[in-house]
Amino acid sequence: MLIPLAMGGMLAGCTGPLSTLAPAGPTAGSIASLWWVMLAGATALFALVMGLFALVMLRPDWARRISPGRWIVLGGLVLPAIVLTPLLVFALLTGERLLPRLAADPMRIEAEARQWEWTFRYPAAGGAETRGVLHLPAGTPVDVVVTSTDVIHAFWIPRLAGKIDAVPGHANVLRIEADRPGTYQGLCNEFCGVGHTGMRFDVIVHPAVEFPASLAAAAAGKVQP
Amino acid sequence: MSSSQDDTATSGASQPAASAGAALSLHRQLTEIWKTGPGWQRLAAVNHSVLGIRFMVTALVFFGIGGVLGMLTRVQLATPMATFMEPGTYNQVFTMHGSIMLFLFAIPMLEGIAVYLTPKILGTRDFAFPRLTAYGYWCYLFGGTILTVSLLAGVAPDSGWFMYTPLSSNVYTPGINADVWLLGVTFVEISALTLAVEIVVSILTMRAPGMSLDRMPIFGWYMLVTALMMILAFPPLILGSILLESERAFGLPFFDPTRGGDPLLWQHLFWLFGHPDVYIIFLPMAGLLSTMIPVLAGTVLVGYRAIVVAIIGLAFASFGIWVHHMFTVGIPHLALAFFSTGSAIVAVPTAVQIFAWLATLAQGKPRWNVPMLYVFGFFSTFVMGGLTGVMLAIVPFDWQAHDTYFVVAHFHYVIAGSVAFPLFGALYYWLPLLTGRVAVYRLSVPAFWLIFVGFNMTFFLMHLVGLLGMPRRIYTYPDVESWTWLNLLSSVGGFIMTIGFALAVIDLLAQIRFGRRVRRDPWKAATLEWAMPIPPAPYGFASLPHVETRADRLAVGEIAPALARGEGYLGFTRHGWQETLGVHMTTGAPEQLIVLPRATYLPLWTALATAAAVLSMLAKLYWLTALMAAVTIALFVFAARMAGFDRDYGRMPVGRGVSLPVHTEVVHPPAWWALVFTLVADATLFTSLVFGLLFLWISAPNWPPNGVPDTDLALALAAMAALGISALFARAALRALVGRRTPRLWMGLATLALLAAIGLAVVLIAGIVPHPSAHALGATAAALLTFVVVHAGIGLLFLLTATLRLASGHASPRRAIDLRLARLWIDYTAITGAVAIGLVLALPALVTMLGMRP
Repeated sequence: MLIPLAMGGMLAGCTGPLSTLAPAGPTAGSIASLWWVMLAGATALFALVMGLFALVMLRPDWARRISPGRWIVLGGLVLPAIVLTPLLVFALLTGERLLPRLAADPMRIEAEARQWEWTFRYPAAGGAETRGVLHLPAGTPVDVVVTSTDVIHAFWIPRLAGKIDAVPGHANVLRIEADRPGTYQGLCNEFCGVGHTGMRFDVIVHPAVEFPASLAAAAAGKVQP
Repeated sequence: MSSSQDDTATSGASQPAASAGAALSLHRQLTEIWKTGPGWQRLAAVNHSVLGIRFMVTALVFFGIGGVLGMLTRVQLATPMATFMEPGTYNQVFTMHGSIMLFLFAIPMLEGIAVYLTPKILGTRDFAFPRLTAYGYWCYLFGGTILTVSLLAGVAPDSGWFMYTPLSSNVYTPGINADVWLLGVTFVEISALTLAVEIVVSILTMRAPGMSLDRMPIFGWYMLVTALMMILAFPPLILGSILLESERAFGLPFFDPTRGGDPLLWQHLFWLFGHPDVYIIFLPMAGLLSTMIPVLAGTVLVGYRAIVVAIIGLAFASFGIWVHHMFTVGIPHLALAFFSTGSAIVAVPTAVQIFAWLATLAQGKPRWNVPMLYVFGFFSTFVMGGLTGVMLAIVPFDWQAHDTYFVVAHFHYVIAGSVAFPLFGALYYWLPLLTGRVAVYRLSVPAFWLIFVGFNMTFFLMHLVGLLGMPRRIYTYPDVESWTWLNLLSSVGGFIMTIGFALAVIDLLAQIRFGRRVRRDPWKAATLEWAMPIPPAPYGFASLPHVETRADRLAVGEIAPALARGEGYLGFTRHGWQETLGVHMTTGAPEQLIVLPRATYLPLWTALATAAAVLSMLAKLYWLTALMAAVTIALFVFAARMAGFDRDYGRMPVGRGVSLPVHTEVVHPPAWWALVFTLVADATLFTSLVFGLLFLWISAPNWPPNGVPDTDLALALAAMAALGISALFARAALRALVGRRTPRLWMGLATLALLAAIGLAVVLIAGIVPHPSAHALGATAAALLTFVVVHAGIGLLFLLTATLRLASGHASPRRAIDLRLARLWIDYTAITGAVAIGLVLALPALVTMLGMRP
């Protein structure tokens, strides 16, 4: 009952610097599409079950004509099978497409988390380093190698892609890509102590051709001697 | 309890009488035997009705505390950049909100319901181990108190309720905050585990005669499956807590990536418990619904067999999907797809139950009353939570939604809404049973709507704010317009919900105080808990029924007076014994006369000693911990020493022309099955430990270690041999006792062999390379060998108890349970010991195989 009402509100308020529903990259885009499909399906199922509940309460004579066995077989077995099978296949294919393996050897950037800041290194740019700001080229897939030097953190730029944990002792790779130049926001998404709330970073996406120069300028300004 | 009156076995039995006067006199005699004394003697209570209510009331108090903490977080988050709380305080508040709601409210509440209702619904007078129930209650109360006091002292756990390490390690949480969680929660968990064993054994062996498993009311199945799940789910968490506490206290690096440990091992152990825990909390609530819904609809439950199959399937599935809490830790996608599919498939058994309930409502004439309102509240929240659950099971979506407020919304729908609504519905439904009064329904309806509207307002909006990117566990947020108004509305909803819960509690209290008195079943129910005068007498049933149909369609109104007149089994008293019947596990044929222990302070003292051990551990006074642990163990041995009888009774009449042996004189009394299920739990813990070793070997960073383990083969083989020999001697001792020969020599030899095994294992531990504090490999080897030492030590306690009981005449060729238990334990120790020592021996080979690591 709340869903339609809320859906209206949601469509109006999807924007925001951290909104997963205002995607600015292909990964976030396909996950947002997945969400809208699932929302439509979930709304229909919720309406179905609550409608049946209302029916059995208000029109028991109608409901009694369906045999108990049919209730359980149709509702408990057939319905989940119809809904879940295509959803799982679709999701598996979506997930496979988003993995950091298809494109030929994209640029790698290292994201190192520590309480409570992010350091980004760009091996392809001669080991340039920036703190608290991630520089990306637009329209180019990038593999971010996420590590941590202390506790577990998580690397997340909601408008570009899903998140991946920064686990000490492990290196996780996340494929991200931004469609257009601009400034985005990223944050730590795994609770990491008293500074967790403030562990954010900015993402500056440059036009691909200007990226090396912009990065060099940014790194020169930030890197300490 | 040693009762050695010299009456002959039969003379105490009086003939069943048909008059009301006889019913009253029987009531008086039974009450005299079963009652809990007044005043301070209440602390000695072991009666399931008394303890069940204590569990539920205490759980409701913790629900209140947890609720207040939840409201504090909503105050803090109501507006952007709020300064109501410091981040450190906020971290303690949200950690304790989750920990209290799950460990101190949800699980103890289901235990209270199980303790109070199960014996009544199954037609028996009490649970199998009343003193253990009492011990479990005190452990829960003391553990919960330790956690709550830590909050008042400002040193409460602050690493989140799942305590991810390294954040919870002594490097990043140097204070005692994390120790409070690890020790306090483990204390409560062990109490939950003892109760789970008791629930399983009681359901399997103590039902009304004739109640075969397939005649058991569906509630019995739900509780049986839940308790079995607890036996399998708690050990991984208990193991994880022990390992993390030993890392914090003694520097053993199981989870420290710099020394060959892996923080992901903690996550696996935690969620191996944590995911089944969701179903452990939900299934009893579904059991309450499956019991209430048919009665409220005036019909019988549809799809009894389908539901039994569904909940067994759900139990199995729930152990295979823990990784869906870990989709973002970097596990390969195809592995995730497996867990994703498993998680989605859980929708099937859940849907079977939902549609069975709908079909039940459809077959009957459902009435709109207060419990039914809560059933409606449950349906809407549970379906919603189930649907978002399927969404989160979809891996790519979880990559976005994980650890945002979307997840917070989802799990509040599935474990707050789907617990609170059935629970309050059940309170309204069963309160007449507890109090003998029916509701006045003035406040009930507005209270429900406030809860319902407030709940949805609070948590539905969290889905949206989560999708808009708000992570969980942040103490404040900048003024992002879309987050601001959603958070404010969530907070307002939270207050509406809180007012609703407060009104519901006032309403329930008013019913307890002012409700209209009723003498019997106000719902026209058909299960046995209503076949007794209400509120129930301490003995429950004045005599036990014989069940000949499925026990959820009984003519309660006819059965109750006959039982009160003593026309069933055991409708008399003798020797001042608290008697009930034990039945065959599947057929329900009566097999033994179970005599239960009377009220005693022993559980209280034992729990106090246990609490002292926990507190001294917190204070890092390890010598005191050892002392208090020894006192606890001594009290357990003391309790065991006095159990049962010091003479044989032979077969005793139990009414209706049946004669049965006393439980002390059968081969497999409840105590035997309790040990069997305890060993199942223990084997789960052992398997988790082996899994931990293999997991570290396969995936932990900083392997291989510098030193290669070089275990002394001769010593290791000697330790294995000593364990095997002790098992043989224990078997010989049992054979001797049963064959009417003295078992003392064999028991002495078994003791010596166990002592030798302990000594050898200690020498092996001392020689472990790399040193246990230097690398996780050494730490794991030490853990495996310590497991052997502890189990051999407990084997010694079994032999000690048997020796004491032989000396005091409590053991005899017919009363040989002590040596049976010792034999079983030592067999188990020898087998797991061989595996553990064998693994330690295999470590060098494992390390050289590291090249094969994927």
